[in-house]
Amino acid sequence: MSGSAPAIPPDMAVETRGLVKAFGALPAVCEVDLAVARGELLTVLGPSGCGKTTLLRLIAGFERPGHGEVRLGDRIVAGDGVWVAPEQRRIGMVFQDYALFPHLSVERNVAFGLPRRERGRGGRGAARARTALELVGLQHKAERLPHELSGGERQRAALARALAPGPELVLLDEPFSSLDASLRADLRREVELILRDAEATAILVTHDQEEALSLGDRVAVMREGRIVQLGPPEEVYARPADRWIAGFLGEVNLLSGMCRRGGAVETWLGVFDSPGTGTGRVQLAVRPEQLDLRTDRAVNAEVVEREFRGHDVLYRLRHEVGGSLLVQLPSLELHKVGARVHVRPAAAAVASVVD
Amino acid sequence: MSALGARRRERRGSRPLPSPSLTVAAVLVAAAVSLPLVYLVVRAASGGEAAWSVLLRPQTAEVLGRTIGLVAVVTVAATAIGGSLAWLMERSDLPLRRFWAVAAALPLAVPSYVAALALLATAGPGGALSEALPGEGRLLDITGFPGAALALTLSTYPYVYLLGAAALRRADPALEEAARGLGRSPFAVLREVTLPLVRPALGAGALLAALYALSDFGVVSLMRLDVLTRVIFQQYRTLFDRTPAAVLGLLLVVLTVVVLILEARARGRAAPRAAPTAARPVPPVALGRWRAAAVAFCALVVGLALVLPVGVLTYWIARGGSAGAGLGAGILAPALGSLGVSTVAGVAAVLAALPVALLVVRTPRPWTRALERLSYGANALPGVVVALALVFFAARYLGALYQTLALLMFAYVVRFLPQALAGARTALAGVNPRLEEAARALGRGPRSAFAAVTVPLAAPGLLAGATIVFLSTMKELPVTLLLRPIGFETLATEVWSATSVSAYSRAAPAALLLVAVAAPIVLRLVVRRDGARAEAEALGAG
Repeated sequence: MSGSAPAIPPDMAVETRGLVKAFGALPAVCEVDLAVARGELLTVLGPSGCGKTTLLRLIAGFERPGHGEVRLGDRIVAGDGVWVAPEQRRIGMVFQDYALFPHLSVERNVAFGLPRRERGRGGRGAARARTALELVGLQHKAERLPHELSGGERQRAALARALAPGPELVLLDEPFSSLDASLRADLRREVELILRDAEATAILVTHDQEEALSLGDRVAVMREGRIVQLGPPEEVYARPADRWIAGFLGEVNLLSGMCRRGGAVETWLGVFDSPGTGTGRVQLAVRPEQLDLRTDRAVNAEVVEREFRGHDVLYRLRHEVGGSLLVQLPSLELHKVGARVHVRPAAAAVASVVD
Repeated sequence: MSALGARRRERRGSRPLPSPSLTVAAVLVAAAVSLPLVYLVVRAASGGEAAWSVLLRPQTAEVLGRTIGLVAVVTVAATAIGGSLAWLMERSDLPLRRFWAVAAALPLAVPSYVAALALLATAGPGGALSEALPGEGRLLDITGFPGAALALTLSTYPYVYLLGAAALRRADPALEEAARGLGRSPFAVLREVTLPLVRPALGAGALLAALYALSDFGVVSLMRLDVLTRVIFQQYRTLFDRTPAAVLGLLLVVLTVVVLILEARARGRAAPRAAPTAARPVPPVALGRWRAAAVAFCALVVGLALVLPVGVLTYWIARGGSAGAGLGAGILAPALGSLGVSTVAGVAAVLAALPVALLVVRTPRPWTRALERLSYGANALPGVVVALALVFFAARYLGALYQTLALLMFAYVVRFLPQALAGARTALAGVNPRLEEAARALGRGPRSAFAAVTVPLAAPGLLAGATIVFLSTMKELPVTLLLRPIGFETLATEVWSATSVSAYSRAAPAALLLVAVAAPIVLRLVVRRDGARAEAEALGAG
């Protein structure tokens, strides 16, 4: 993602440049540059209070930026003295608590955003609302009131309402956070399919790592108002830009080591491939699954804790030199607590320098 | 820590900026509401030594003492009656509790001056008893302090009762059961556990009763009791220099503030209110040999506050009818007058309350809250004071509006805005602001989003506010007397002027009609029990 390219690629659905928003003295969004291509699903991941919801609200037009601009397609909607009201931006929004109109039926909720002349009974709007309801599989609940729906159905109704007017961009603010864990995974897949079906461009905000990594074409990691890393999920996960991101995205071992020529770092645990690194003493972020245990080599560690998680197992080891280590292995072969093992970098482990 | 701070900021900041037009409207409303007090101060201050010397007259000290005495007697009596009734209904095995529970609250539908009329028409000069007992009847005269105290007590105990009963329903019964388990007798439980739990609610009820007694004009004027409100009215009516009335008005305001401060201090020492818990039936306390006495007590209170007015008024209507007095025609004009001004006042008060409520709900900042508090402030101003200040103001600056319906409507809105504001604020606060944003994102402009989403969702609350203002305007007396156009009559003024000359059969139809209009509204408020507290507080400003 070359953010320094001067010309905007014509297929960008939304772009922000140097976006800044502060509440009082407290900055919520700092210098955010973001570009989302048409049809792309971008997830914004960050802890609560990192400014990700404010970023969405800036794009939707519910907040005015202090500096910077927001473009939708080739149109500036905020910044540079321009201000386009939210209702003129053609953005669909799915709110965290869904914000379904409690006094309107599901169908009338979905038809709410359609042009006035289409909304009447039997008009074209009714057909469009039906289509949107079918898209989310709620056609049989059209006459219900929102409070008569289950949590998952409300979620889908909110999505149908956002999609019905055919928006250029769909924004989803923590759309799964008020659902049961058991429902969440199913709905996540379903929502992704619906969005892809509708060929919608979407930005989804979440604090759930798994959600962000599994849904996004790209993931933007946000911290204290800034986007600290942006890239495909596998890249963000495998090569976190810094120690904080590494820890935020999952369990991580931090190892100090010395850079050697040819993109490798030598640590007390062994040599890791680490392309394009600096020089001198560095910190390496090594994921638990990037380590391997053997029992047929010289012992260098002891299992002190074991967390069985079904499909895999997480071990905590005490290494004879370096202290504590986390190792994740498939649950095919189990090591007991107290077992003495040999730990070493896994065969294809590419670790990343974080400091 | 800093993340938490940032988050809180984010949430606060995510509310929109106050809209300029809304702000202007809200400031105008708050200014209009504060106009009476401000102008009263200005007028009194400009009065000079002669006007202020009214405070030093011995009669003034007498009036002040009488006022405080009346307020004290009414407050204590109303609290004792209302509190006992609340306990009987919520905690005892009183027979026919559900019937008594509604019957005891229903006197809210009887305006206090109608209660006074009923007492006078029974035991006043020319009343039913003095006619029935020609000899001793002449000695029987309830006019004065006893009559005023009784009428006001009967009109105010329902506030204490409703608030006390609501607090008892909220109080966790486990506490009382725990006390029983620790070996306390039912009476000891009442004294050591139940009473402290409901003390804040009883205090709030007592405050309403005290403010009501302090600001009442109708009862004391019909009972010819010279307390501050009546003296202010007479000073204004009979004297050429009206500034002493303004000075006495300020004295009344000061007294009101003292009552408010006393209540706030008493509440400051009270235990925090028990957390609401899931409603669980409490095993009632067996009254045993006290049963008959308890029923007699309920019957006496309901009899005096409800049955007596309806009965006596019906009697006088029947008498008037047999005497051939033209009934229907005489009451039509005042009835239409009442209906008209009350409807307009209800709608106007809600419209005036909307900008203030919207502003404070959508953009809670210190200054918007201050505007709201300013708008509530008028609630504590006695009606006589509001009326007097507006008369002064209109006579000096708005000559053309003086004694017009427009000024009368303005005065009603100023006086009853707090009631509409309470309803509008609750209703609007109940509408999730995300809903309007959702409508905006779906292509609706700000006005359209407000009309399509917020208005229908807030409508029940707004309507409830309008209904309460309607009812209050219907019952209103001092403002109507001082500001109405010449020849314009309402049911309230009709009752007042007829009763003042002991023309009970002329007063009765209007009075009974007032009760009949208010009864269904009060019944609905009382039956919807959970809302009882808010409604009673809103009604308390009458």
